[in-house]
Amino acid sequence: MSRLRRSMLFVPGNNPGMMSDAHIYGSDALMFDLEDSVTLREKDAARLLVYHALKTIHYGDCERVVRVNPLSTPFGKADIEAMVAAGAQVIRLPKTETAQDILDMEAEIERAEKQFGIPIGQTRMMAAIEGALGVVNAYAIATASPRLVAIALGAEDYCANLKTSRSLEGSELLYARGAIVVAARAARIDCIDTVFSDVNNEDQLIKETQAIKQLGFDGKSVINPRQIKPVHRVFTPTQKEIAKANRILAASREAEARGSGVVALDGKMIDRPVVIRAERTLELAYASRAVFEEDEV
Amino acid sequence: MKITTPASAGTMESGDIMIEIESSDQREVEVVLKSSVANEFGKQIVATIRNAVEEFGLEYAVINAVDKGALDCTIRARVAAACQRATSSTAFDWGKNA
Repeated sequence: MSRLRRSMLFVPGNNPGMMSDAHIYGSDALMFDLEDSVTLREKDAARLLVYHALKTIHYGDCERVVRVNPLSTPFGKADIEAMVAAGAQVIRLPKTETAQDILDMEAEIERAEKQFGIPIGQTRMMAAIEGALGVVNAYAIATASPRLVAIALGAEDYCANLKTSRSLEGSELLYARGAIVVAARAARIDCIDTVFSDVNNEDQLIKETQAIKQLGFDGKSVINPRQIKPVHRVFTPTQKEIAKANRILAASREAEARGSGVVALDGKMIDRPVVIRAERTLELAYASRAVFEEDEV
Repeated sequence: MKITTPASAGTMESGDIMIEIESSDQREVEVVLKSSVANEFGKQIVATIRNAVEEFGLEYAVINAVDKGALDCTIRARVAAACQRATSSTAFDWGKNA
């Protein structure tokens, strides 16, 4: 299956202490931040710090994402140049509003890849949608470049733009979340939900993660290592779900062997989408180490 | 390349190093290091600082460093940031060993 993106841990780009051990907590992705968590006078130092860290520290299986400053700022171009040279796997564009934003950033990435002898297309992209215009243009953004691996929701800026505030039940985000999931699925890329800021409220984090998983999201951004495990637990299929998925796939294989197009289990006909969901459940289970390939019935 | 103004980079937080750099009358790079691990790693930290300064293209400088357990990559990054600020330079060879 494609890469797991259940959790993406935010790592402030000017904090060497956090940067040196960010990968030991087990998140699927790390997002080194050169944007909002770095003050204007420290942009140069943070860029150098993330550059040297990426070139030196072995982050294991964690996907290495860097959130750069927008190209409209004096820092965006240098950020991209440095991060492409450092071998960042994914460059995340903040405050994406139109497909043109993606194309502009892609041109800069390609220029840097040529400059440093990196294969064209190797550096992937992620777009953060953080405003009403971005939500309206979500599908155009999601399909703007083959480099895009995911789109993500940034809720704080989005709520400010909408002239509302964040609530626990998240009604203000429902439309944006739905639009982003649909756009990502139509574009066949991943979608990652926004952060949950109250690190002491694990119950609510779990509730919110369950809700966004139900909407169709692939994962959630996290701001504290403590949030990783609860998020992974929500995205890991239960043993009951795994057992059911195995039975569905066994029935599907049996029908195929019989040359029958009709799959039945316990006297009920099973539609193709149910089989696809079962396949997805097992893929997630394998990837989450909840079950191993050799255990398959 | 010449130092035009004294500058600093880094913090006193754990895992970081504070680098202060100014021009020197002497024809050398002088490093004064304070570190709780100076006995174990002092020589290596000073060598990393010198190496990063020379790599940046500076021949004469006085550097005061207060180390809080920084990794080599952090030391290199902080020295480079201090050198950039001291020389008002924005050019950095990102492609080195890219």
